[in-house]
Amino acid sequence: MLYREAGQFKSTYAQDQQIFPILQDRVAIAILLAVAFLLVPAFGNQYWLGAILTPFLIFSLAALGLNILTGYAGQLSLGTAAFMAVGAFMTYNFVLRIPGIPILAAFVLAGLCAAAVGIVFGLPSVRIKGFYLAVATLAAQFFVLWVLQRVGWFSNYSTSGVITAQEIAILGYRFDTPAKKYLLTLAVVAAMALLAKNLMRSETGRAFMAVRDMDVAASVVGIPMMKTKLLAFAISSFYAGVAGALHAFTYLGTVEPEAYSLDLSFRILFMVIIGGVGSILGSFLGAGFIILFPIFLNLASGWVSGLFGVEISFAVVSNLEVIIFGGLIIFFLIAEPHGLARLWQIAKEKLRLWPFPH
Amino acid sequence: MKRKSLLVAVAALAAGAYAGAVAAQAKEQFVPANFYWVGPYAPGGSGASGGMIDYFKLLNARDGGINGVKLTWEKCETEYRNDRGVECYERSKKKGPTGATLIHPFSTGITYSLIEKGTADKIPIVSVGYGRTDASDGRVFPYVFPLITNYWSQNTAKIKFIGMKEGGMDKLKGKKIVNIYHDSAYGKETIPVLDVQAKKFGFQVTHIAVPHPGNEQQAQWLQVRQIKPDWVILRGWGVMNPTALKAAAKVGFPSTKILGVWWSGAEEDVIPAGDAAKGYIAAGFNLPGTKQPVMQEILKYVYAKGQGELEDKSRIGSIYHTRGVVLGILTVEAVRKAQERYGKGNSMTGEQVRWGLENLNLDAKRLKELGASDLMQPLKVSCLDHEGGGAVKFLQWDGKAWKVITDWIPSDQSIVRPMIEASAAQYAKEKGITPRDCSKEK
Repeated sequence: MLYREAGQFKSTYAQDQQIFPILQDRVAIAILLAVAFLLVPAFGNQYWLGAILTPFLIFSLAALGLNILTGYAGQLSLGTAAFMAVGAFMTYNFVLRIPGIPILAAFVLAGLCAAAVGIVFGLPSVRIKGFYLAVATLAAQFFVLWVLQRVGWFSNYSTSGVITAQEIAILGYRFDTPAKKYLLTLAVVAAMALLAKNLMRSETGRAFMAVRDMDVAASVVGIPMMKTKLLAFAISSFYAGVAGALHAFTYLGTVEPEAYSLDLSFRILFMVIIGGVGSILGSFLGAGFIILFPIFLNLASGWVSGLFGVEISFAVVSNLEVIIFGGLIIFFLIAEPHGLARLWQIAKEKLRLWPFPH
Repeated sequence: MKRKSLLVAVAALAAGAYAGAVAAQAKEQFVPANFYWVGPYAPGGSGASGGMIDYFKLLNARDGGINGVKLTWEKCETEYRNDRGVECYERSKKKGPTGATLIHPFSTGITYSLIEKGTADKIPIVSVGYGRTDASDGRVFPYVFPLITNYWSQNTAKIKFIGMKEGGMDKLKGKKIVNIYHDSAYGKETIPVLDVQAKKFGFQVTHIAVPHPGNEQQAQWLQVRQIKPDWVILRGWGVMNPTALKAAAKVGFPSTKILGVWWSGAEEDVIPAGDAAKGYIAAGFNLPGTKQPVMQEILKYVYAKGQGELEDKSRIGSIYHTRGVVLGILTVEAVRKAQERYGKGNSMTGEQVRWGLENLNLDAKRLKELGASDLMQPLKVSCLDHEGGGAVKFLQWDGKAWKVITDWIPSDQSIVRPMIEASAAQYAKEKGITPRDCSKEK
């Protein structure tokens, strides 16, 4: 009843082409953004802003990057963490070696570096597909970390190979508290998510999807295969690179190359699969599930033992956490193979019909 | 409509977390127990957390806390991952009447991630025997304490030990040493100090990396066989250690010529290797066993009442367990020292405990009072030197237990200190920190 487009007439092409054609969606997005930008920093404490929401946003961005490549363009990749590492280390180097460079410019330049690396490791995609491509992208994962660990220049010859993010300042305004860092992260992620949403409605996005659905047919209708696939790799790696830069600068502060191991690449792939392959919203839902749910389980075990007064062995709790998490992943994949985003879509369909489903 | 359902969940979570954080009463000292009980490194995390909490329980049961201030703690699972470690830190830092007393990250990676956060929040980051080596320069790192001994110090002690075995430091000339290391920030930390010593003493050193987690080392040990070194330094962690010992046995390298760092020298590292580990030597800054008076008291006051942390009783007195007890002793003594200055019987803030840590002086007499003479070495921390001790003992595995085979071997600070100062100065320059003037500290 409430969620229905009936009565909303579109009289111009501009109206017809809006990102969110339904008024209720626009209102909801506006409210959501207002809450995220105004209410959350005003009321959230350091723990929520610094340890929960900032990493959630950063990994959402990384998952979004992978979703562009895997979900929209159909190219399976296991190198996301490596592209994040490129972003993190190159931002550090740009700020270190070009005095006075604006931090956002450093983010963009680092993202472009990641995009360049992504194109190089995306080259095999011109010839190979599917799982074979995933194996080929593993090369990126190992090679990039190997270079970052072996070539001292990248970590400014630090003995242990770690980098420490410099201070973030934009036009002299310093982003030094968790709340400010959260706002910076949120602004970058919101802008890039909006860009991604638009990109996927454009000619480029449609070309991606055509390649994903059937590359032979796509090339027959005149979509340049090599350019499209490499562009998907470039854009995806750019997103991952910026996510890596944010990860180092607004979240951890000091990072070692091992933080971007294959393990992280897999976790980002799981975010995409659980959230929803080929969905912008799914990237956020998947990141939320993978990042926040284990923490919730960890906290919940404390409440349970507090509530019932039973002292559960912590080793058992920690292992249970992993077991429950794994079980839920299997459950979700069986119950809804298209991910959490699909559940949301179904809910919207139902809402449209409510209260008179036919 | 994005993220709306998530936001509801987040709001629910927030409400729950608020209700869960029961307001603590005064006269308590809160210490976060952020360790790890799952994953490949679980033996280290669970053992050390057990030891630390056992010591806190002992203090609460026997003395009623520190001058009447009861110790409280809360466990948090970090999974040895940086992001989870940061989350645990943020969760625990505001708990208790005065917030977190200090943090034992118990992971080099997490220590790196917390250095700036701890400094900003005025919570000391105590990394006993791990973490950032150049943080030993307290002028640049006021809130970071790599207590007892850092990686570079122990490495010079190792070379001294090899010199002793070879019959003098001059005999090191022309010897070949291979450094097999875990390919991570932790593993790489000793490469520069080994290179400096190689130049000074004239031995050859070859660095061979083992990728994480290290359960595949055949290629590396074949390389060792080609080099035919006199000694191998094993800088492993977790599953890498038993694998290395087994691989060494396979290529016929004698285990008595392998020297491990303390993260390669626990029972969990040698028992899986079986006979291949017999004779293997590892450095240690804490000694195993249950004979020390403090361990006896823990058995009497904690385990006899069935309140011990370790479920597997055979682990009591293991290397990781006594290491945890050492962490507990350091924590408690730092708070006690801080109380001497800021008021006995009060809960101390992180800032006050920082002073306590910096003025910590555990001499032989105090260690005897604590019943820990055979557990750890005397320690004197200062503003200039956040390490305090520096010596290590060497332990040999006889197939059943670790046997102490040396006295405390001091480190060679003439090599280590200039390197620490140079490295810390570079960090200070990068971050725009002005080092403190230690003569002005009170």
